[in-house]
Amino acid sequence: MGEAEVKPKKAGPVQCSICSQRRAALKRPKTLEQICRECFYAVFEEEIHRVVVDNQLFKPGERIAIGASGGKDSTVLAYVLSELNRRHNYGLDLFLLSVDEGITGYRDDSLETVKRNEIQYGLPLKVVSYKDLYGWTMDEIVKMIGLKNNCTFCGVFRRQALDRGAAMLKVDKLATGHNADDIAETVLLNILRGDIARLSRCTSIITGEDGPIPRCKPFKYTYEKEIVIYPYSFLQNLNRIYTYAYFKRLDYFSTECIYSPNAYRGFAREFIKDLERIRPRAILDIIRSGEKFRISTSAKMPEQGTCERCGYISSQKWCKACVLLEGLNRGLPKLGIGRTRGLNNGLECDTKQSNGVKNIQSKQCGTLDF
Amino acid sequence: MACGAGNCQSGCFRDDDDSVVTEKKKLTNRTLSSGSDIDLPNHHNLCLKCKVNETLASSGTVSVDGDIGRFCFDCFRGNLFGKFKLAVTSNAMISPTDNVLVAFSGGPSSRVALQFVHEMQHKAQKNFDASRDRSLPVFGVGVAFVDESAVSRIPSDEFDKAIQDMKSIVSNLAPPDKAFHVVPIESVYSSNGRDRLEELLNAVKDVTGKEDLLQHLRMLSLQKNAYENGYTKLLLGSCTSRIACHVISATVKGQGYSLPADIQYVDARWEIPVVLPLRDCLAQELNMLCRLDGLKTMEVLNSPHSGINGLVASFVTLLQEENPSRECTIVRTAGKLTPFHFNQIPESDDSNVHLASRRRQKKFNLKPNESVPPESYCPICNSPLSKSDHINLSSLGSDQTNADIFGATCCPSCQFQILPKEPVSMEHFYSLLPQQFVVQAKDRSFSMQRQLREQIQDFLLSDSEDGT
Repeated sequence: MGEAEVKPKKAGPVQCSICSQRRAALKRPKTLEQICRECFYAVFEEEIHRVVVDNQLFKPGERIAIGASGGKDSTVLAYVLSELNRRHNYGLDLFLLSVDEGITGYRDDSLETVKRNEIQYGLPLKVVSYKDLYGWTMDEIVKMIGLKNNCTFCGVFRRQALDRGAAMLKVDKLATGHNADDIAETVLLNILRGDIARLSRCTSIITGEDGPIPRCKPFKYTYEKEIVIYPYSFLQNLNRIYTYAYFKRLDYFSTECIYSPNAYRGFAREFIKDLERIRPRAILDIIRSGEKFRISTSAKMPEQGTCERCGYISSQKWCKACVLLEGLNRGLPKLGIGRTRGLNNGLECDTKQSNGVKNIQSKQCGTLDF
Repeated sequence: MACGAGNCQSGCFRDDDDSVVTEKKKLTNRTLSSGSDIDLPNHHNLCLKCKVNETLASSGTVSVDGDIGRFCFDCFRGNLFGKFKLAVTSNAMISPTDNVLVAFSGGPSSRVALQFVHEMQHKAQKNFDASRDRSLPVFGVGVAFVDESAVSRIPSDEFDKAIQDMKSIVSNLAPPDKAFHVVPIESVYSSNGRDRLEELLNAVKDVTGKEDLLQHLRMLSLQKNAYENGYTKLLLGSCTSRIACHVISATVKGQGYSLPADIQYVDARWEIPVVLPLRDCLAQELNMLCRLDGLKTMEVLNSPHSGINGLVASFVTLLQEENPSRECTIVRTAGKLTPFHFNQIPESDDSNVHLASRRRQKKFNLKPNESVPPESYCPICNSPLSKSDHINLSSLGSDQTNADIFGATCCPSCQFQILPKEPVSMEHFYSLLPQQFVVQAKDRSFSMQRQLREQIQDFLLSDSEDGT
C-alpha cells in the first residue's frame, strides 16, 4: 500500500524540499512534503528520537524489551530503537520479546521473521508460548470453544504472556509498536462505544506504571504509511531479497484477524484512511484531541492486588487468565466470559477437589516475582 | 414522563376501561406484516406505550424502522415533546421573562424546535389568561432565518420563495404573535458586507475551514440580531445526530479540549445564551414528526457538507445504520467530558424569576478549580483555549503586526484550517474580518499578555509541553 508513494513523480524531477539538493523520491505521508530518501530516514528517525527524549521514555542503563510480532511495526521499531540507542547513546539493553500464541500458519511464520531480526540487529530474542505458560495453544482453544469469544482468551493471555516474558528477561520496560493510526483508531472506537475510562488512558505514551512492567509506545506519533515506506526504501538498497520476503509477509499480516469480525472497527479504520487522504494531519489531531479531553480523574480505580494462584496483578482473587484457564481445564470454557466477579467467587470453593495440581503445573507460577 | 408533559392529547390514558379497549383492539387486530416487531408477537401492531393504538409501522402511512415504529403517533409525538420539555425545564432554558429567538433554517430540526416552543408558549398564554393575579408573564418568541444568498450558489429567487414560505409558517402559528427576522449573513459587517464576506471566504483555501468559518459567521449574525432586538435566549434546533457529527468532527480537527463546550444543553459563553432543547432527539425522529404532523420544511437551502464534515457525516450515518443507538452513545460519551463553567444558565439577580421558574438543575461534575473561567477564547470559533494553546503569544517577536497577534490568539484548529499561511494573505484576511472578531481578539490578547507575564515563568520551567 505504501508503494504508490515511493514511486518518483512522473512530471519531471522535483527537488527535495528539505535539503534542496537531491531529487525528491517520495511524498511524505505525514506532511505531503516531497523529499528525498535520505532526508526521509533522517526526519523519520529524528522524530522518534524527539518523542523518546521529550517524553523520557527510557532512562540510561534500563533493560527494554521490544514486543516483536514479526509484523511491520515491531520490526521497524526494533531496527529504529537499536539504531537510535547506538547513535544517541541511550545506554539501553534491548531485547526482542515474542509471544507464540500457537496459531498454525500465522504465528509460526512470523516468528521466523523475528528470528531473522535477532541475527540482523543482534538483539537477544525471548519467545514465550501459550503452550508453555498455559498448557494450551490458540489452535487448541479454538478447537474447544469455537470462534466465539476466542479473542478474549487471546487478549488476556497475550497481555500476561508479555508481562511474564518481560519478567523472565528482567527488563524494566516494554516497548510496543503501536503507531499513530492505531491510537487514533482507538480514540474513535472508545468514543463510539462510550468507554470514557479507556478514552482517558488510550493516548498515554507510557501506561501501566503502577503495574509490574510499564509499557511505552515510541511510535505514538508515527504514521503507519511511513512505517511501511521506511523499511522499503531503506532495505531496498541493502537486501532486495529480504525486502521482497518481508513485503510478502507484510501483506499477509496487515489483514485483520479473521476471527474478530468487528464491523465498526473496520469502519473506523476505513474512516481514518479517508480522513488521511484529504487531511493527513487528521490522525495527529485525533491523538491531540484524545490527549486534551477534559476527563475528570476522580473515577474509581479497582483496587490492585495479586492473584492468589499465580501472583500476577489482579483486582480479583484470581487473575483473569487463571479464571479463563480454569474454565478451559475443567471443560467449562464459558467461565470468566461476561460477568467476572460472580464466577470468580463461585470458582474457588471447588478448585481444591478439581485437578488443581495439573493447572498449577501448566502455569509456571511462583517462579516469577512481580 | 412524556405524557405528563401536558400536551399529549393521546390515548395514553390509564382509566378503568383501558384493559377492555386493549382486549377489543386485540380481537380486531389485523395481522399486517411489519418488519420491526418480531419480538412482540402478541402485541403485533399495538403501540408499545399505550397499548391501544396501532403502531406507526403497522398503520402503513409511512415506512419506519427501529423503535419509532413501535409507538403510535400520539405516543411518539408525546415522547418527543417530553424530551424537549424535560431539556427546557431541567436546564432552566426558558424563564417567563425571557424573550426567545428561535433560529429557523427551514430544515426539520429547527421546524420542530419552532413548533414545540410555540406549543409551550401557547400553553403558557392559556395559563396566563386563566390565572387570576397574572403574576407570571408569558415568554416572548421570535424567529430568525439567516439568509445566506450572498454566499450561496442557490438562485436568489429560491431563497425569496423559501423566505415567503417561512413567513407564512410563522404568521400561521396561533397567537401570541411572533416576529420573523430575515438576517442576511453579511450583516456581520456594518457596511459593504456582501463583497467583503465573499472576499473573506475566498481567502480560506481549506474546504472544511471555509464551511466552519461560515458556521461561525452564522452564529455571529444570529447573536447580533438577537442582541439588537432585545432577545435574551437564542434557541437552536441541534439534534442528537447533528451533535454526534460535531463530536466526531471536533475530535478529528483536534478540538478535544473545547468539545464539551459545544454539546451541552446550555452554552452561555455568548452575549445571548444559546440553548439546545432538541439535544436528545434523533434527526430521524424529527424528520418523521415533520412528515406525520404536516410541518412544512424547505430542504433546498441545506447544502450537503463537504470535506472533513462530509466524511464525518457519512461515517456517522453508516454507524447509525449498523446500530440505531450509535449516535446516542457518541453524544453520551462526549457528555461525560467535563463541561465548562458557562455551560449553564447564569444565576439571575431577579428573585421574581427564581420563584417563577421551576428550576431543576442537573449536577455538573465540575471540579472547584475548573469553575474558574478560562482566560481566553479563540476569536474565530469562540472555543475556550487550553493552557498549552494560549502561551503561543510568547513565541512572537517584537515586530508583530496586528494580524500576527490575531493569528496567535486563534485555536490551533482555526490556525490550520482557516487562517492563510503566507503573511501577505494573512494581512489581507485580517483586514476583511468582521469587527467583532478583531475586537474580541484585541481584548483577549491584552489580558493574555498580562496573564502571560505572570505565568510564563511557570510554563517555561515545567517541561510538560507536548512536543508538537
